[in-house]
Amino acid sequence: MTIAQEVAAPEFEVKLGRLTTLTGKPTHYCAGCEHGILTRLVANAIEELDMREKTVYVDSVGCSVFAHEYFNTDAVQAPHGRAPAVMSGIKRMRPDLLVLSVQGDGDAVSIGLLELVYSASRGEPITVFLVNNGIYGMTGGQMAPTTPGGMVTTTTPYGRDTKYTGTPMDASKLLAGLEGPSYVKRVFLPVSPIGSTEMYSARGPLEGAKSVLNALKVQMMGGFSFVEFISTCSINWKMSVLESKRYSNDVLAKAFPPGLFKDKFGVEKK
Amino acid sequence: MTTQKDFVKGNEALALGALKAGMNAYFAYPITPSSEVPETLAREFRSPEYPEFKVFLQAASELEAINMVIGAASTGAKVMTATSGPGFSLKQEGISYAAGMELPILVSNVNRAGPGLGNLGPEQSDYFQTTKGGGHGGYKNIVLAPNSVQEMAAFPGLGFSLAFKYRNPVIILTDAFLGQLKEDIVFPKIPQEKFETPWAATGARGAERHVLASMHLEFVDQNIHAEHLMSKYEEIDRSEQRSEMYMTDDAEIVLVAYGIVSRLARRAVNELRAKGVRAGLFRPVTLSPFPAVELGKLAEKGIGKFIVVELNMGQMIQDVKLAVGGRASVELVHKLGGLLPTSKDVVGRVEVAVR
Repeated sequence: MTIAQEVAAPEFEVKLGRLTTLTGKPTHYCAGCEHGILTRLVANAIEELDMREKTVYVDSVGCSVFAHEYFNTDAVQAPHGRAPAVMSGIKRMRPDLLVLSVQGDGDAVSIGLLELVYSASRGEPITVFLVNNGIYGMTGGQMAPTTPGGMVTTTTPYGRDTKYTGTPMDASKLLAGLEGPSYVKRVFLPVSPIGSTEMYSARGPLEGAKSVLNALKVQMMGGFSFVEFISTCSINWKMSVLESKRYSNDVLAKAFPPGLFKDKFGVEKK
Repeated sequence: MTTQKDFVKGNEALALGALKAGMNAYFAYPITPSSEVPETLAREFRSPEYPEFKVFLQAASELEAINMVIGAASTGAKVMTATSGPGFSLKQEGISYAAGMELPILVSNVNRAGPGLGNLGPEQSDYFQTTKGGGHGGYKNIVLAPNSVQEMAAFPGLGFSLAFKYRNPVIILTDAFLGQLKEDIVFPKIPQEKFETPWAATGARGAERHVLASMHLEFVDQNIHAEHLMSKYEEIDRSEQRSEMYMTDDAEIVLVAYGIVSRLARRAVNELRAKGVRAGLFRPVTLSPFPAVELGKLAEKGIGKFIVVELNMGQMIQDVKLAVGGRASVELVHKLGGLLPTSKDVVGRVEVAVR
């Protein structure tokens, strides 16, 4: 398989240059972190849907806590883990708005799991983008509910013992098991190493762009949408950026295989 | 204007009062002894009588409910939630955020006995938690303390008015007795005030966008925000102290009590007067800001003794002592565990004090 074959042409416009939906402020994300990519993809999708003036971005707590600095939209800052509840309150009052949040795994899958599960269960027409890098990023590299077995973190310095701490929590599978959500998908977001070469495929970001757009469309069609992005955290994984891409591909994506878990409206086929 | 009397429970009056004040949304997690609030609202939801009441939603926890309140309030809506002690503890996180984000939210706490699970009887032990912030960080709620079912009906309207005027959380601090008490009331004619909400997050039009955040990463910015909040609290303290006095003009001893206890204390004053003791009553209506100015004036006038009657280990007594400023003796009469003192208990204590 050649690289050209692997990277399918996008079915939508990826805008180049400055987006109105971004403030233009340089992001604080670490080099190589997928939060920056996702910020761009989300802004691109909002712009594609012409919803900038009708969007309320809800800040989560974690690495995306400052995202309101980057999105040139209205924004509300939620307490740790509670973004889906805050979004539910906004959306119930103003169904005409596009309401979304980017949450980390610690935020969404640990402290905020109840808020995530119940907003999903009610089928709130909101969108949660989950950045799953298997570790607490902003807090400084502690064990997350998504940390793979054996992974070294500051609170599992000898590697995560799943017999003692439990096994990694699979948010996509959990939500897909509920009746409420309309769109649940897991995507591998980083550029991925091609075989043993030093070349990397951009399939992840492109698949990510499509999934972000579809998730927002599903919200506008009245459904709860959730996309989990397998990502990296080279700083807290204590790896080089390129090593982290490989680790994400070899370990994290094995623990959390990408896939389309739910697509009630069939947006993926359209 | 209707003068028809309704025989309603305190919790029902609170719910209906909020509706008559034009409440837009209510987010619930039921807890005894406050559950008649969501039950009443669930019955009235989608009633043509209350077209402004757009959302009634039962949440999975108090945490979820208060954060739904935050979301709805961010859009500029008139929104309320009600709970009791253990639920109020959970809501503290959200109330701290609402204070930091300057959101006008209304929360009712039907105080039950504690600490912990406690029981379902009345107490006033959540006084500190509601009036001194309660959640993390420094902030102040506006706290209203009704003492009748009539006031339970009227205070949601007053609460919304103050919440929007100052963009601040307002707490209605009531108790299990008042929540469950049934009385004849005449529903007050409550104006459905429309509040301007130019700050609301409802989609950025044109260039201007609104960010409702409690976080300011630069210390200097957080300092500016905190100083702004503090000056707002000072303004509230200057403008919103409310209290009632009964027979204090010639009093030699003054009872200080709020909520349901103030009615018991009023009866004690009558009994004491019949016995020739010149007793009076000072009743704080706002617990935060505490009506220290009017109470201080009584101490200044030379009243030598104040007896604070509370259903706790002595919490409001600290605010009374500050207002009195060492000019008179301040003593506590209290009851705990869901019990109320009788007027006889209070009369006996006052008679000892003046002897």
